[in-house]
Amino acid sequence: MKKLWRFRGGVKLAGFKQLADASYINSLPIPARLILPLRQHIGDSTEPLVAIGDKVYKGQLLASSSAFISAPVHASSSGVVINIDKYPVPHQSGLAELCVVIETDGADTWHPDILPEPHPEQLSADECRKRIRQAGIVGLGGAVFPSAAKLKPTRAIDTLIVNGVECEPYITCDDALMQARPEAILRGILQLRRLLQPVDCLIAVEDNKPEAIKALQDALDKLTVAGINGVNSIQVVPIPTVFPAGGEKQLIKVLTGKEVPQHGLPYEVGIVCLNVGTTAAVYDAIYDGRPLVSRVMTVTGAQVQQPANFEVLLGTPVEHILAAAGGVRSADHQLIMGGPMMGVTLPHSQLPIVKATNCLLVSDAPQSSAALPCIRCGACASACPMQLLPQQLYWHARGKAFDKLAHYHLADCIECGCCAVVCPAKIPLVHYFRFAKTEKQEHEIKARFADQSRVRTQAREARLERVKREQEARKAARKAARQQKQASTDEATPVIPPQVSNG
Amino acid sequence: MPTSPTNPLSSSPFIPSSASVAKVMRTVIYALIPGITLYIWLFGWGVLVNILIACTSALFFEWGMLLIRARPVKVFLFDGSAVITAILLVLAIPPLAPWWLPVVGCFFAIVVAKHLYGGLGYNTFNPAMAAYAVLLISFPRELSVWDAPLAQVDHSLSFIETLRYSFFHSLPTSLQFDALTSATVLDHMRTQIGLGKSLAEISRSPVFGYLGGAGYEWVNLGFLLGGLWLIYKKIISWHIPLAMLVALAAISALCYVIDAQTFANPLLHILGGASILGAFFIATDPVTASTTPRGRIIYGAGIGLLTFAIRAWGGYPDGVAFAVLLMGLTVPILDHYTAPKVFGARAGYGKS
Repeated sequence: MKKLWRFRGGVKLAGFKQLADASYINSLPIPARLILPLRQHIGDSTEPLVAIGDKVYKGQLLASSSAFISAPVHASSSGVVINIDKYPVPHQSGLAELCVVIETDGADTWHPDILPEPHPEQLSADECRKRIRQAGIVGLGGAVFPSAAKLKPTRAIDTLIVNGVECEPYITCDDALMQARPEAILRGILQLRRLLQPVDCLIAVEDNKPEAIKALQDALDKLTVAGINGVNSIQVVPIPTVFPAGGEKQLIKVLTGKEVPQHGLPYEVGIVCLNVGTTAAVYDAIYDGRPLVSRVMTVTGAQVQQPANFEVLLGTPVEHILAAAGGVRSADHQLIMGGPMMGVTLPHSQLPIVKATNCLLVSDAPQSSAALPCIRCGACASACPMQLLPQQLYWHARGKAFDKLAHYHLADCIECGCCAVVCPAKIPLVHYFRFAKTEKQEHEIKARFADQSRVRTQAREARLERVKREQEARKAARKAARQQKQASTDEATPVIPPQVSNG
Repeated sequence: MPTSPTNPLSSSPFIPSSASVAKVMRTVIYALIPGITLYIWLFGWGVLVNILIACTSALFFEWGMLLIRARPVKVFLFDGSAVITAILLVLAIPPLAPWWLPVVGCFFAIVVAKHLYGGLGYNTFNPAMAAYAVLLISFPRELSVWDAPLAQVDHSLSFIETLRYSFFHSLPTSLQFDALTSATVLDHMRTQIGLGKSLAEISRSPVFGYLGGAGYEWVNLGFLLGGLWLIYKKIISWHIPLAMLVALAAISALCYVIDAQTFANPLLHILGGASILGAFFIATDPVTASTTPRGRIIYGAGIGLLTFAIRAWGGYPDGVAFAVLLMGLTVPILDHYTAPKVFGARAGYGKS
């Protein structure tokens, strides 16, 4: 057994994982229309490479960017580009993004250039990185950070952590993937191992997913028997079920005892962390040459008729998936993308599924309950996995005391929701923190603007002052010159020496 | 906060909190039951009568203040906080007391110490302790006469007799008030030491029990039981009670070792007076206590040390209430300077 550590805080949550059975993955009919946002990742947006009216194949590149932190977007089925315009996308900000809209032809024809790689093991490391980047692979756990940007760290990597924790209640898509494609995950890891050269590769799975653990272990044993190079560095590690054990920093702590420095990144402690879905996507990209055009996602919640996991083409409208899951039970529901702890609400069901969409949670409409005053019980502080003091942050968020918010490290809040679910006064703490973060940004922008204005005003005043002084100096000089001239003309008149005072 | 841009209902987390203030308060009340039961068992109905009077008046004052302050009565009246304040105040005053003593105490606790400071969550001082301090200073005579254990008196008052005493100040004929009362162990010790007697002589008095004050030692063990249960239920953290009791035990042990004739032994300090009740139920009042782990340890230890100082050298037999009030003043600064290190702040791994 591997030695495990603990992170402070966290909460034990009811799982509701039995709703969406992880033992199978449903497929969906191809939707008539796919809406593909050009930015489905953290980082720079991409530029469209197709025009309206173009016929596209499945897997064809639609948009890319030369920025390091970015990920290209591919057509997720064959058809015709019918529009390129701004559409609402599922995101916290609620802003619209530029999207390519494809009317599918139903044939789902792959681009002819997309072929399986005959010798994946012989590809150079740089070639592998290039292919992972070109495949548009991003972190599929929900953070959607472009994976290729993680694969050339500037220091030696000791441990590659593959995150199959899935600590949010309700969500079972990683569980389903681990049960359905354990070998793809392992072969993806072996490819990543060649790029990162870690000593250990650890696949972390919460101990509430025994089937996934067994599937991975069986696949691992099979590869070991087959004598595949590097397999013995891979280990499947069951970890205790505590939310948010799947948070990157928390998981690293649990598996290695190391804390990623504040404001730092995992590679600084010799670790790279990727989601199981991401490693399976790496397998698809290297072995089959296929870019990221679909993902496994969970459709679940009390308000959906037939909760299940689906293999979904990116860009599929939410309503298409809801229909496949038997529809919603009543109009009195709430649509959430992601889990109940950290998900975002969707305003309507015409939004597309994006790379970040691991779950569609259709829950009962929320009941409003009046928050009581904070009684300072400190339950939030005990639950905070970042060891913050949520009750202090709350006071200062209400007072918009930005210096105090900085003192109490608002920026370190990962918005996991632990504080809010343990609060006896039922204060929507995370809501306040999110709000304070945006307010703080605005405040800083204003403060910077005010600073610049002040500098400009001071410069202007200095300039005016200087001009005035120069004018006066010129005037004085002219006067002196005039006096001198006069003095030279009145030479006969005795000059009275000026009185010199010693005072 | 009217400034929020969006509806909190559309903001994660979407799992409603299963905890509630009323549940927290109810658990605290349950935790007081063993101690109170023993109290009634060993000392008679006085405590119960006082609790009934105090709870009624506290709820009445709470209701009135909520009305005056235009706060939602339904939400706040039954959150349990007023009831806890009332019970803690009753446990701080003698069981045989005139009815107006708990009423005046509750008035000060609820109206002045709680609502004039902003109500639940905003009070700077522990309302029960602030009210107790006011009663102690205003009515020293009423507050110094404590019941003797039933085992040591000839006649125990029935419930009705206790009510009659409380409201009409009348006792059954042929029964003297003095026959029902005795000094508390800390009070007795303090006056006798003041008379120049040694502890060896003093401790022969019947006010001493096996572990602390006669009778009260068991009541305190009842509170200890409830307090430990509160820690187990994660309603309170261990920091404040442990720090307070360890500090009190440590300093009293030190003084006891130096001079066993003037200073009581640590066990008496722990199980006599209000130490246990204070450590688990009063000092842990969330609103007025420190909220950080290190802050709570300092806060608890401060209360322990001040309690001892007041008992040993101050003007009052017990010092828990004043210690809690004094340490309450330090809370903002404690919280500020004892904020825990944020995750990753002490990571000893440099960038390479």
